[in-house]
Amino acid sequence: MAAKQNQENLPVVLVYRRPQFNLPHRNRLSRHFILLDPADSQEPTSSFLSTYAQSVRALLCVGYSTITSETLSLLPSLELIVACSAGVDHIDLQECHRRGIAITNASVAFAEDVADLAVGLLIDVLRKISGADRFVRGGLWPVMGDYPLGSKLGGKRVGIVGFGSIGSEVAKRLVAFGCSIAYNSRRRKPSVPFPYHANVRGLAADSDILILCCALTEETHHMINEGVMTSLGKEGVIINVGRGSLIDEKELVQFLVQGKIGGAGLDVFENEPDVPKELFSLDNVVLSPHRAVFTPESLEALIDLTSANLKAFFSNKPLKSLVEIEL
Amino acid sequence: MESIGVLMTCPPNFPYLVEELEKRFTLYKLQNAPDKTHFINSHKNSIRAVVGNAGFGADAELIDQLPKLEIVSSFSVGLDKVDLPKCKEKRIRVTNTPDVLTNDVADLAIGLMLAVLRRLCESDRYVRSGKWKKGDYKLTTKFTGKSVGIIGLGRIGMAIATRAEAFSCPISYYARTEKPDVKYRYYPSVIELAANCQILVVACALTEETHHIVNREVMNALGPKGVLINIGRGPHVDEPELVSALLEGRLGGAGLDVFEDEPNVPEPLFGLENVVLLPHVGSGTVETRKAMADLVVGNLEAHFFKKPLLTPVV
Repeated sequence: MAAKQNQENLPVVLVYRRPQFNLPHRNRLSRHFILLDPADSQEPTSSFLSTYAQSVRALLCVGYSTITSETLSLLPSLELIVACSAGVDHIDLQECHRRGIAITNASVAFAEDVADLAVGLLIDVLRKISGADRFVRGGLWPVMGDYPLGSKLGGKRVGIVGFGSIGSEVAKRLVAFGCSIAYNSRRRKPSVPFPYHANVRGLAADSDILILCCALTEETHHMINEGVMTSLGKEGVIINVGRGSLIDEKELVQFLVQGKIGGAGLDVFENEPDVPKELFSLDNVVLSPHRAVFTPESLEALIDLTSANLKAFFSNKPLKSLVEIEL
Repeated sequence: MESIGVLMTCPPNFPYLVEELEKRFTLYKLQNAPDKTHFINSHKNSIRAVVGNAGFGADAELIDQLPKLEIVSSFSVGLDKVDLPKCKEKRIRVTNTPDVLTNDVADLAIGLMLAVLRRLCESDRYVRSGKWKKGDYKLTTKFTGKSVGIIGLGRIGMAIATRAEAFSCPISYYARTEKPDVKYRYYPSVIELAANCQILVVACALTEETHHIVNREVMNALGPKGVLINIGRGPHVDEPELVSALLEGRLGGAGLDVFEDEPNVPEPLFGLENVVLLPHVGSGTVETRKAMADLVVGNLEAHFFKKPLLTPVV
């Protein structure tokens, strides 16, 4: 454990990560907190926690390391989990709710970058940017002539699933392209100026494009299923920057292969980094290796946000990005 | 009107346009002729109109060979392949297809910016090749908030500006003269614009003055973190200089829909991951090409029915 001579009064934060996930802001955080990091120790995590983490009140979760009720049971004093991701589906939310443990996430730090990627994937699918780039690089333009026509973005009806920080940034961008926006969310949001649909199937029936920006929960697991995709229709396009399991991936592949849906832009998959091979030969699909948040600016914003949440907690001030858990 | 001859100088690749012309006129397809000079000679007395596109128009030589030519209707908004002074001189009308393609071209410009900065094509390749199983893709660059400099603030330039504003991009521009009602920052030269923005977009018409408007100095001013987007015409950019600027890292990246010698693209670009290469698809959507074709046919009909032209330039 790190020497604590000058740090006796600093609060302790447990860093929870898989060893291959680095903590990018270790130095900055060490100025304000004592960092307890089981991954630095040779001891197995559970015995480390039992020995050293009994009075720990705050946990910084790096990456998608799962936090189970078992782990939580080793942390009797825990009051706060600061997640470094937008999604918190890797944390046992029910147990946290039972214990009164607050959770903060990082959507606000990432929202612009995720929205940029969603719009980028959408334009790519509709205008066949990646496909056409492949065509040119393959030397096919002089040989085969014109590339097949794409589809116009302006005037398309976009259905946003999940209207949180990410969904609202997506909407703001697409309005400028002349798209009409509608959304589905757990509840209607009175401040949102776009039409609300109470269920995703209804949203799909009224949309040309679905963009998935919501959290993965038991309710939203496989919410994009055969019925929703059929409602979206043969020309429909799905963009997923949420979590892979929001979509029934096997169904999606079938729909794409059989031409029952127009195309898809996917940053996330059910079993990353495995991606269904059938997608590799399709030109109406654009694939991204779960990179929506990974820009240097986003990571800086993440560091700022997680530090701010920890500081707020230890000075008894309101948390910056508290997640409202619905069970 | 079947006795009116229309010469299509571009490849007859868009079935809808060909069908609509053939319904109304006798269509002569120049690109299908084994001996083009002979073909023109045989039909010159019935050809009263030319239909061209971005790549094939009506130069002085062709105009001189068509004594009955009254109108050139281009399936494009750019008219750099039509000899406009010659048409003016011979009182030949010229029409193009403005407005209907503005949004598609602007959409593509933003798509190219996102594709280059966020490495969309490269990371799609990364997944398809199986590399993701071996490790994560690297960081890419944020687009939101980057400063965008636009060369030419006409219809397309303004449409690009409106979209980029939704991404909180500060906008600046160069045009022949400053525009009074525009809130964006004006720079009196392209090189100053390039020095003061992170993404430079070419969105002006190709004329003698704007040939190679993006030259070595401009690219150096844009710099190793700068990105060039060209949705105008290939000759707007000094292409050999562009290739060396990219290979040497003096320019950060490029998204190109147009090239100096289409469909030929400099092969050294094929291996670069900071470049996105498109086969001139700016207006390439089903919806827009149909609207463009309707304008071409509409203009020809208006002319031969002695009604006002829909979108005349000359």
